[in-house]
Amino acid sequence: MVEFALPKNSKISGGKTWPKPAGATETREFRVYRWNPDDGKNPSVDTYYVDTNDCGPMVLDGLIWIKNHIDPSLTFRRSCREGVCGSCAMNIDGQNTLACTRSMHDVKDGAVKINPLPHQPVVKDLVPDLTNFYAQYASVEPWLKTTSPTPQKEWRQSHEDREKLDGLYECILCACCSTSCPSYWWNSDRYLGPAALLQANRWVSDSRDEATGERLDNLEDPFRLYRCHTIMNCAKACPKGLNPAEAIAELKLKMVERQI
Amino acid sequence: MSTADTPKRSMRTPLGRVRNLGAAHSGTSDFWRQRITAVAMTLLMIPVLVIIMMLLGSNQAGAKQILGSLPVAIIMVLFIVASAWHMKIGMQVVIEDYVHNEKLKLVSIMLNNFFAAAVALASIYALLQLSSGV
Repeated sequence: MVEFALPKNSKISGGKTWPKPAGATETREFRVYRWNPDDGKNPSVDTYYVDTNDCGPMVLDGLIWIKNHIDPSLTFRRSCREGVCGSCAMNIDGQNTLACTRSMHDVKDGAVKINPLPHQPVVKDLVPDLTNFYAQYASVEPWLKTTSPTPQKEWRQSHEDREKLDGLYECILCACCSTSCPSYWWNSDRYLGPAALLQANRWVSDSRDEATGERLDNLEDPFRLYRCHTIMNCAKACPKGLNPAEAIAELKLKMVERQI
Repeated sequence: MSTADTPKRSMRTPLGRVRNLGAAHSGTSDFWRQRITAVAMTLLMIPVLVIIMMLLGSNQAGAKQILGSLPVAIIMVLFIVASAWHMKIGMQVVIEDYVHNEKLKLVSIMLNNFFAAAVALASIYALLQLSSGV
């Protein structure tokens, strides 16, 4: 059966409360999930106080401040710090989102609570192992597939057909949607998840692609596609404002369309 | 059925594990039938409720007269088939979602099919009994 309780070695124990920064007039409390694969201990939640007068407004700014000023061992992914790369996806105040685009002032009610993306193996602290997620993306073969002779210049596309990719091409593969989906939690070994399916629909919807049927064949499966039960957590979580559930519904519609 | 290897036990590549046995090339029929039966039940709900209201308080002879009518019998049989089919597909989805032990899943899906068929046949048999007044 599905495991609803955390495994024994994932149960969170009490963590360390780090002292408030000396001389800080305004601080914000951060409660951050910590787990070190090398010390053999269970995960814990450490409490830090960030000097908000010495720090940018985003949650990522707070984490970087902690790493620079309090605890250099705090581990997280980050790169572009402007919502383009998708590296700093994490669970902030119960919602999967990007730490770089989420203001710490938007988090109401006390501490800023930060956990890694849910239901993924943790590499360390806030770094999840997304190997399976990336393999699922690779499995939809996210590149243009054609049989016709390659044109001298580019593959041409009308403005109308290009518009069909809006709402799909913007996905940055941060994994906020897939890791917020209960169906993905229970069956991520077989269900491709919202992100990979949105990307699949991006290529199925591309007028230049000549492998549409082959792509749909690859998705037509009770687990790969039909585990989506329109729970809509994906659309709520997406930091880019996309709607993976709608993209999945479009895929299902195309599946029916080619049968009827 | 899955034979997906878990990362701990396998040295297969992540892509190999995701591709696993390949797509089943099915699932659309069940998805479509679930919608058809849902729409059918929605449309049949009011006539079925009217028939049940008419049956309330009537004796066996009255029931025989109402259920013996061809349109009424057709509506009732259609409703039984649609709801049993819908129930079977819905329950199978729940089993596939939550039961991860392959043997248990196989047995559960089999029992679910038997149960839906038994419920549908028993209901139709009861309907025939009542309409023939035996």
